[in-house]
Amino acid sequence: MGLINANPVIHEKKERRVRQAPESTDENAVEPIDQLEIFDILLYDFPDEFSEACFCYTIYLKCSIGYLVVVLNVFLHHIRDIKDPEHPYSLEQLNVVTEDSVELNDESNHVRVTFTPTVEHCSMATVIGLCIRVKLIRSLPPRYKAIRLFTSSVNKQLNDKERVAAALENPNLLDMVEECLSPTFD
Amino acid sequence: MDGAAAELREAHRLAGHADRVWALAWNPAPGAGAGPVLASCAGDKTVRIWKRAPDGAWQCTDVLEDTHNRTVRSCAWSPDGKLLATASFDATTAVWEYNGGDFECVATLEGHENEVKSVSWSPSGSLLATCSRDKTAWIWELQPGNEYECVSVLQGHTQDVKMVQWHPRLDILVSVSYDNSIRVWADDGDDEWHCVQTLNEENNCGHSSTVWAVSFNQKGDRMVTCSDDRTLKIWDTSADLSQPKTGEGHESWRHLCTLTGYHDRTIFSAHWSSEDIIASGGGDDSICLFAEETSSMVEGSSYKLILKKEKAHDMDINCVQWCPQDPRLLASASDDGTVKFWELKGSVLD
Repeated sequence: MGLINANPVIHEKKERRVRQAPESTDENAVEPIDQLEIFDILLYDFPDEFSEACFCYTIYLKCSIGYLVVVLNVFLHHIRDIKDPEHPYSLEQLNVVTEDSVELNDESNHVRVTFTPTVEHCSMATVIGLCIRVKLIRSLPPRYKAIRLFTSSVNKQLNDKERVAAALENPNLLDMVEECLSPTFD
Repeated sequence: MDGAAAELREAHRLAGHADRVWALAWNPAPGAGAGPVLASCAGDKTVRIWKRAPDGAWQCTDVLEDTHNRTVRSCAWSPDGKLLATASFDATTAVWEYNGGDFECVATLEGHENEVKSVSWSPSGSLLATCSRDKTAWIWELQPGNEYECVSVLQGHTQDVKMVQWHPRLDILVSVSYDNSIRVWADDGDDEWHCVQTLNEENNCGHSSTVWAVSFNQKGDRMVTCSDDRTLKIWDTSADLSQPKTGEGHESWRHLCTLTGYHDRTIFSAHWSSEDIIASGGGDDSICLFAEETSSMVEGSSYKLILKKEKAHDMDINCVQWCPQDPRLLASASDDGTVKFWELKGSVLD
């Protein structure tokens, strides 16, 4: 596969907002999840230093009925392998996902992440989408069913749960997704 | 019971599948004296058969496994109740013979390029239809010796075909697709199958997103479709469908009405009961029931909501099916891995 995005535009990382301590002390209360937390789950499941080491960044793709977490490391590995061994750019640095691009409505269990693909019709987008979906399903409470991920043309496919289920049964694809989601150490 | 408001009461909950249950099929002819029999198919690659025990509890009497090596997506009984066809993501369709006791896989239909999404028997039982992500629907004919021969490959859809369903009386097939359209297929009398009508957004007030299911009424002069666009559409035909048609242009089916605003997620399934009640289920975890508006104040035909059962399951509802032997018994299948039975109580009339 040829290099798709050889010269990504790199943006500065924003200062992280300090997270508030939870208000409720009731251990059994369902904690409302705020926007920042969703964003954190999406992007910072690995601590910065860890993610630097493994070149693992997740792309969050919106799709109409589901969400896809795509581990960017495959993409970046590819870039890294072909172009430059030191290419650990986060999605944020690529301006793919920003804090403002995560919208949350905790009452209706609806999360919306806006994703700006760096390349239209990126052939990796589908794999990316699938990974995102798997990752989010695993990370968020089950009540978060409809997470909207918007990309260009892969949108409808990623939204079709039957298509996603069938794709994930494909052992090659599942291997790729699992590999994407598991940490790697260099 | 007179005048009591309509209500859907949960009667049973069948657990057993290890993954989401995709589809259900009631045996149309379980045998003299036998109670209703239900088949369910799931992401765990198995099909389960459920029967009512003498004490009234439902149990799983058979598990059909080791045949499909991927999700079983759809199942359908032949009209005489002796055969069960199962369609799988493994690209095959299996046919099982039911001897009243045991199930034996007697045929495997291969040919689709990828996942088979749906299977349906023709009213005579001599034809089987399947459809797939490969954008085609296939028609198979049962030959002597349990051999199935493909008699036609129906091409026309531009995307994944989600469901096929035969007309209840005639050899007319309807298919619905990810391409948002509904296609009607008939043979021209010479065993050549053609698409005789396409119902889509442009020309027929069709759906604006993936169409997931279709169901005919008992008479076969109406059908309901449901979609990712969150609507159900009722279609009517006043034409004589039994005349052979050779090509497009003959518009037998026309849009009758659209039911909007009842489900706020994708509607995955719709089923028309013999008492003319339409059940629907979808991604909002709810079941809705609709019936025709009988008030004479309304011009033309319209359908109204009888009731909405919210949180019928904990997760998406993939299939709803009325029991042919008890038209007030509704089964639902869900991503939560369970099948539930519901009894419709009360009056559904105004």
